[in-house]
Amino acid sequence: MSKDNTILEELTSKEYEHGWSVNYEADEAPLGLNEGIIQWISAKKEEPKWLLEWRLKAFRTWLTMTEPKWANVHYPKIDLQALRYYSAPKQKKSAKNLDEVDPELIAIYERLGISLNEQKRLEGIAVDAVLDSVSVATTFRGTLSKLGIVFCSFSEAVKEHPELVKKYLGSVVPMTDNYYAALNSAVFSDGSFCYIPKGVRCPMELSTYFRINAANTGQFERTLIVAEDESYVSYLEGCTAPQRDENQLHAAVVEIYAGAHAEVKYSTVQNWFPGDKNGKGGIYNFVTKRGICAGDYSKISWTQVETGSAVTWKYPSCILKGDHSIGEFYSVAVTNNYQQADTGTKMIHIGKNTKSRIVSKGISAGKSQNSYRGQVQVMKRADNARNFSQCDSLLMGNRCGAHTFPYIDINNTSAKVEHEATTSKIGEDQIFYCNQRGIATEDAVALIVNGYAKEVLNQLPMEFAVEAQKLLALTLEGSVG
Amino acid sequence: MSTLTKQDPFSRLLESAPTNFTAARILAKECYLAQGIPLAKAEEYKFTNVGKKLEQNITNFFNADSFEVSEELIKSSIFEGFKGDVLVFSNGKFLPAHSAKIKGIEVSVLSEKSDLALGSIAKPEKDPFAALNQASFENGIFISIPKKAQILKPILLLFFNQANEGQVIQPRVWIEAGDFAEVTFIEQSVSLGETAYFVNKVVELKGGINTQLHYYRLQNEGKPVLEVSNIESDIQKDARFTSVTISLSGDLVRNNLSFNLLGSNSEGNMYGIYLLNGKSHVDNHTNVDHTIPHAESHELYKGILADQSRGVFNGKIFVRQDAQKTNAFQQNNNILLSDDAIINTKPQLEIWADDVKCSHGCTVGQLDEEALFYLQARGIDKMQAKGLLLYAFAGEVLEKIQEESFRTYCDTLIQERLGSKF
Repeated sequence: MSKDNTILEELTSKEYEHGWSVNYEADEAPLGLNEGIIQWISAKKEEPKWLLEWRLKAFRTWLTMTEPKWANVHYPKIDLQALRYYSAPKQKKSAKNLDEVDPELIAIYERLGISLNEQKRLEGIAVDAVLDSVSVATTFRGTLSKLGIVFCSFSEAVKEHPELVKKYLGSVVPMTDNYYAALNSAVFSDGSFCYIPKGVRCPMELSTYFRINAANTGQFERTLIVAEDESYVSYLEGCTAPQRDENQLHAAVVEIYAGAHAEVKYSTVQNWFPGDKNGKGGIYNFVTKRGICAGDYSKISWTQVETGSAVTWKYPSCILKGDHSIGEFYSVAVTNNYQQADTGTKMIHIGKNTKSRIVSKGISAGKSQNSYRGQVQVMKRADNARNFSQCDSLLMGNRCGAHTFPYIDINNTSAKVEHEATTSKIGEDQIFYCNQRGIATEDAVALIVNGYAKEVLNQLPMEFAVEAQKLLALTLEGSVG
Repeated sequence: MSTLTKQDPFSRLLESAPTNFTAARILAKECYLAQGIPLAKAEEYKFTNVGKKLEQNITNFFNADSFEVSEELIKSSIFEGFKGDVLVFSNGKFLPAHSAKIKGIEVSVLSEKSDLALGSIAKPEKDPFAALNQASFENGIFISIPKKAQILKPILLLFFNQANEGQVIQPRVWIEAGDFAEVTFIEQSVSLGETAYFVNKVVELKGGINTQLHYYRLQNEGKPVLEVSNIESDIQKDARFTSVTISLSGDLVRNNLSFNLLGSNSEGNMYGIYLLNGKSHVDNHTNVDHTIPHAESHELYKGILADQSRGVFNGKIFVRQDAQKTNAFQQNNNILLSDDAIINTKPQLEIWADDVKCSHGCTVGQLDEEALFYLQARGIDKMQAKGLLLYAFAGEVLEKIQEESFRTYCDTLIQERLGSKF
């Protein structure tokens, strides 16, 4: 036991790898939130009038809403007036292509291990890099545009493809959806926009990399992915933030639209700063992610590996509207120290013969709390709906908690819904078995955890899977209680 | 919700409450006023809007008076094959004159036990209806089983309800069983008259070390009953409590069942069937609280929902930080027989300890087509085959009833409901 504790201590005292910050000249909005700020942001981004009005409408709705309290997380009230809603690194001029991007900014991403230099990149991933409030660079745009694929920052999309943005913005996550979605709708700064035309299979992984650098800044990005009929895209999202004593807010919205026979795969490796071992600092991650399988035979698949954030509040969901559509949710959520995660999914079956699958693996260590909260709803006309849910929890240490709140609401006789959940710790017999065969305890734990999470990790694209596996080992290795 | 939000309909009932158990009543009144009747948005009553039902059906928010029950009525209401002692209640009030004197057991009206710690088990701060009952019940029953008493014959708690003007009936039961005692209770209600009424029942079960207690309930009044019940028990070291709830009807029935496991090696078992048709609505909220290490709980609820009925199941397993080595298992299976039937189920685990084995499973589905075909291929017609399969589905819970006469009775009722005798 004492040895395990030492390992655990060593591990938890390990510095957050991406905890550094860089001083660069930034263009910032004044602190606080009011209609003036929204107009300021909108003007800064040279947005059309309809978007400003949309923002203001969202803001007015938001004013009437109250912060949700139902999640199983506890944190001090966030003073939204003490935040900065816009911060952008000052660039000498707007960059038309990669060569014109400030080398300083490229260096920040190099340091994170994200090379924006196309030649150096692994074949097959296009990146949109978002620093604080704005997108700094998007790679491989030329290659993609030949296929008719639009992959750019949200602000550019507003300027270049206003008709698409206008059509789909808020169509999946309406501005009135919830407190944080409304806030995001009012103040969102940038994000990625991706449009795959009919019948096109995107040849490379598209990826967004989010980085919060400035202090006292909230990050509110908005991602919109539109996959027209018979198209395919795999999308990755990664995120890190510097180590700061105060908590920072991240409230993003991701919307996915999938047409008939389209398939969208969305993978996230979330590694925001989780706070130090005493629970100080860290990101509040309040995210609304939702996809709609609008056409028949469409498919949306969410895969997430959640290792960071002080508080996570996130439910990537699928609305299965088209007949025969499929929704999937694979998640590994790891919490350590004082982290709290309340995450899960919603599968709304509306169309006939729709299928959904939920695999959620929670791992809690230290004094953390990990909750799965999910809903499977089968509407009256959703004949032959099928759902399988599995949520397992692994506990390490006797001061952590694992909770499950599954809601199953069925209104159709032909629905087949299964839900399974188990909670346990790593068995001493399992460790002993490994020890016997010459595997040290900490390696055995890493082995067991990796095996436990494999079902989800297997869903990740190769590069991400490697990163995720490393992250898992880093967060938990040796922390057997 | 108009009238309910304007003025609490129970306010006059609270004002005219009896004066015994003063401290408990004052506390409960405060708890009730703090919580109020749950509105549609309240998480705990999300799918069961009691307030709305009260508004539609209850016109007179006063406790109904007890009425005279004839010996013949009692005799005819006892189910066939029952060989035990009967305790009779009229509109929630215990009638000693009509009840059996059971050897070795102390039974009295609750008001004679003024020093009882009412509400120490079914805590009024946990549920508004438990609070309402504690603040305003008129009279109940006190049952005490001494140490080491083995009561082999089952005890039937027979509730006769007849409230004429949409009144409120608030039974209150206190059962305490000493160390090593063993006892079986069966609870059944008989509904007389045609008008609606609201039953708000509280049962507190207090066990000792190694107490073996069985509590069986049958909800089969056949009439549109509006009922909220809170049954809660403290389970001590080495003790084992088993509860089986069979719900076959009810306009709006809400069963709150809580087990608090307080001693090591204790065991709590909760089983239930809800077999509903028409517009019945039955909501089972169960709560198992593991507070100490080395305790075990098992839970199995099965639902068959036909017509426009609605079933709600919320199973909460709460494992506290010190409750290491806990084994907790929960299972909820449902079959929907009609597209208008609804099931809302939420198997909830909250685990704060690490060395535990907890699992829950939940399914919603239909009968296996292949099994149905197998039976049809052997000359059993479809309806009968369906009945046979549904009966087998429910059978797993029926088996948990150890009292034979009651099991046979429930078995017959379920077979009748499923439309085939075999």
